[in-house]
Amino acid sequence: MIDDFLLRALAAGIGAALAAGPLGCFVVWRRLAYFGDTMAHSALLGLALGFLMNVEPVLGIFAVTVAVAALLLSLERWSTVPTDTLLGILSHGALAMGLVAIGLMSWLRVDLMGVLFGDVLSVSTQDIMLIYAVVAVVLVCLWRIWEPLLATTVSSDLAQAEGLGGRRANLVFTLLLALVIAVAIKVVGVLLITSLLILPAAGARRWATSPEAMVAGAVVIGVFSVVIGMLGSLEFDTPAGPSIVLVAFAVFLIGLPRWPGRLSARE
Amino acid sequence: MLKAAPALLEVSDLTVLRSGRTVLDKISFSLGRGEIMSVIGPNGGGKTTLLRVILGLLIPDSGTAKLTLGTSVGYVPQKLALDNSMPLTPRRFLSLGMKSARGRVTEIAERTGITHLLDQQLTGLSGGETQRVLLARAIMKQPDFLVLDEPTQGMDVAAQSELFRLIGAIREETGAAVIMVSHDLHLVMRGTDRVLCLNGHVCCTGHPAEVERSPSFRALFGRLDEAAVVPYRHDHDHTHDHEHGPDCGHHH
Repeated sequence: MIDDFLLRALAAGIGAALAAGPLGCFVVWRRLAYFGDTMAHSALLGLALGFLMNVEPVLGIFAVTVAVAALLLSLERWSTVPTDTLLGILSHGALAMGLVAIGLMSWLRVDLMGVLFGDVLSVSTQDIMLIYAVVAVVLVCLWRIWEPLLATTVSSDLAQAEGLGGRRANLVFTLLLALVIAVAIKVVGVLLITSLLILPAAGARRWATSPEAMVAGAVVIGVFSVVIGMLGSLEFDTPAGPSIVLVAFAVFLIGLPRWPGRLSARE
Repeated sequence: MLKAAPALLEVSDLTVLRSGRTVLDKISFSLGRGEIMSVIGPNGGGKTTLLRVILGLLIPDSGTAKLTLGTSVGYVPQKLALDNSMPLTPRRFLSLGMKSARGRVTEIAERTGITHLLDQQLTGLSGGETQRVLLARAIMKQPDFLVLDEPTQGMDVAAQSELFRLIGAIREETGAAVIMVSHDLHLVMRGTDRVLCLNGHVCCTGHPAEVERSPSFRALFGRLDEAAVVPYRHDHDHTHDHEHGPDCGHHH
């Protein structure tokens, strides 16, 4: 006997994994884990602004994450503060601003736990439609910019010198990332989104010999984690978002000893 | 009436500042089709910066570097900072973003001696192997202009002279112009048409043999000169057609 709410939750989770898999691979390849985290943390502020301006929360989140990404990229370019320091500052600055903003809006009742860690069991049919619309946009866009995006990921200098259109691909990629963050919040929450992006991708690395294989692996691991995590959360009465992340984490650990490359090869 | 062919690359009054320091100071030169130019100079002399401006990766503070419109560019960067998490074979890398060149992978791999590496993982290759893969990619689409930033890094001596031979052959076939940064004076002197010695400003430029005799070159490379160039000068299986300056200390 499967309940309606569980089916909806599964549909939403699988959708999020479908979009997060390919994007997550790029996040890993380009060492953007903390960048994605910073964008996700700013989502809370977007949520608050969305309520304040009476627009759809998803739109508010999308707008603010894009703004934060733009701010990051320009600061990275023009300031002398080291990038990881910058990310740490903006990440927690944005999270604090979001929490304070929501606190100030005393008329608003927000389930903070749900926002931070996900509330997938409460998704509506409308949420699911939105998630799958985003999945479609992400997959179509990625397919179209695949080669230039991959080339600029391998070497941005090379791609730019050869005139392969890396800049446009980067812009589209950042927008897609913001889009996925905005809709995946329902599933795993602000604090766990990065893990939905990077864990399946990192887990798939062990088996992959081509970028495309790694993307396929990330999608499979992501979907698997969503299904097992959700069933487990129902069985053991644990929170759904963290349970999904835990399954992905376990898969990653299984592959870890076979992660390619020498440990001393890092510069 | 014969008209001189327009230069492929025209650099004029190029100036780049970084943190108040002048990295490049009013650099001017031009490069014609089919010409091979080596850029030499001490560390911090602005060699890589010059290449980056030419490639459009860096915007100069003043001056211009104009590349003839429609020039296709092949680039060998100083190194490839590929993350270990990226599963990529040289086979895929060679034609990445260049679908039209896919059919040439086998041929190019053979020429650059990387056929046996094609299906390995790019992140597992040695420095010299990676350089060869980078060079292979740079010549995939038969560019009009090759830009090489220290292409011989990590290569053994045999591979280095093989590389220079290959660059010369490519120039013959396609008429590509080449600009490269190199530290190996021995190879530079033998394998290039023109040398640009860069130390913030252009300290000397011209045919290798001329540059070698210029006082500013000697001031910069005096010791290196003894170490790296002398053995070549003393190869006696060819004639020396350069003229000796009054301070020429060597004999044949």
